Amino acid sequence: MCLAVPGRVLEIEERDGTRMASVDFGGVVKDVCLEYLPDLQVGEYAIVHVGFALQRLDEESALRTLELFADLGMLQEEFGDPWALAAEAQGHSWSDEDGAPQEARQ
Amino acid sequence: MKYIDEFHNPELARRLLDEIHSTVTRPWALMEVCGGQTHTIIRHGIDQLLPEQVELIHGPGCPVCVTPLEVIDKALEIASRPDVVFCSFGDMLRVPGTGRDLFQVRSEGGDVRVVYSPLDALRIAQQNPDKQVVFFGIGFETTAPPNAMTVYQARRLGIRNFSLLVSHVRVPPAIEAIMRSPSCRVQAFLAAGHVCSVMGTGEYPELAGRYRVPIVVTGFEPLDILEGVRRTVLQLERGEHTVDNAYPRAVRAEGNPAAKAMLEDVFEVTDRAWRGIGVIPQSGWRLSSRYREFDAEHRFSVTGIRTLEPAACRSGEVLQGLLKPHECEAFGTACTPRSPLGATMVSSEGACAAYYLYRRLDVAPARMEASPVG
Ligand code: SF4
Repeated sequence: MCLAVPGRVLEIEERDGTRMASVDFGGVVKDVCLEYLPDLQVGEYAIVHVGFALQRLDEESALRTLELFADLGMLQEEFGDPWALAAEAQGHSWSDEDGAPQEARQ
Repeated sequence: MKYIDEFHNPELARRLLDEIHSTVTRPWALMEVCGGQTHTIIRHGIDQLLPEQVELIHGPGCPVCVTPLEVIDKALEIASRPDVVFCSFGDMLRVPGTGRDLFQVRSEGGDVRVVYSPLDALRIAQQNPDKQVVFFGIGFETTAPPNAMTVYQARRLGIRNFSLLVSHVRVPPAIEAIMRSPSCRVQAFLAAGHVCSVMGTGEYPELAGRYRVPIVVTGFEPLDILEGVRRTVLQLERGEHTVDNAYPRAVRAEGNPAAKAMLEDVFEVTDRAWRGIGVIPQSGWRLSSRYREFDAEHRFSVTGIRTLEPAACRSGEVLQGLLKPHECEAFGTACTPRSPLGATMVSSEGACAAYYLYRRLDVAPARMEASPVG
């Protein structure tokens, strides 16, 4: 969880007085807070950690890092269903009837 | 050089390796601080491509691994309360407390939820005004600023049913503690790139000078690691000890000033216990007195916690680079990712898990159980 993942800004909007963006991480789109990188623009890449953009990154390095993290299974870890991952690690299978809370499957 | 063809740019990797091989004249021990780097190293067999004289020692850079048992137990107790929604990042679910974990608390009826961002926990608090929403705030300098911003927003928006169970840690005091240990063998550090993209490099020159130890800021890709090692070895061979940035595309000397300012506003530096290692002075953050009302420990006054670490687990030594995971008696037998004894086997960034996952077992095959992953 200490690893930050690069993503591309798709859209920016003001919400509750806070600058937020939709950011694409190789197919998964998440809400990201831009308060720490307020001048980030649509189309740019940034290193994002737990929903916060922390530093700009050029496109080439961003794409390469995304590819590496996908290979290492880290994107799955970051964006997959954590309850399913935990259950699997414990040796159980996981089904929707187990009632994973909504937040776990955004 | 059996793995090198898997590299993104095998040509460049070979050049870097050649240069490292021709530079080294003596044995050197380098510590990579970050658990993410450990994974890249083990997965790509980088340690085996390096000259024999260059030893990579795994550092304490996995926040899940170093969160103290006492804090985990407090989390479990708070999460068990009927009026509480307990929010956490997914990788804390299976970290063993004394006798159980968050996964189990949920199966016993606790309202434990996994969030992607601390701001999601704040939203849950807004949507559930009749519940107390607690967020488990662990992590290094990369995670602390998002959590700080969330507390700041909670106050700004007047959200009163939100609090943070804080156990944040800082890298530089950990480096210092490692250097001061009498059994320390580390001669140089590969500093964690993403921590530095927030904090910059300003905290390191003093450390590098005082302990005469090169510190090279390093990224996470295989080529980043090789470049970090190359620059470190060059310094060591020349007898230099400076701070060098080998990850400039993500790290600027000043870091992220807005994030640093927020950290300073919301948190204050404090002594912090590290799981398996003990208390390291000034090595953590807690909420500053101005934000005390958002401190879950204050709000829930969790007392009377009796912690019990499994005696067989030697993760403290693993975290300090004193022991390699497979040298632990329990590795792969009593302790596997399926039934972990220590956090270093649970966390995906933990060194024990990395060794297990990539079958790096310079260890008798009889010690291994059936294939851990597909
Ligand atoms: S292998 Fe398991 S028991 Fe041994 S140090 Fe690692 S986590 Fe602890």
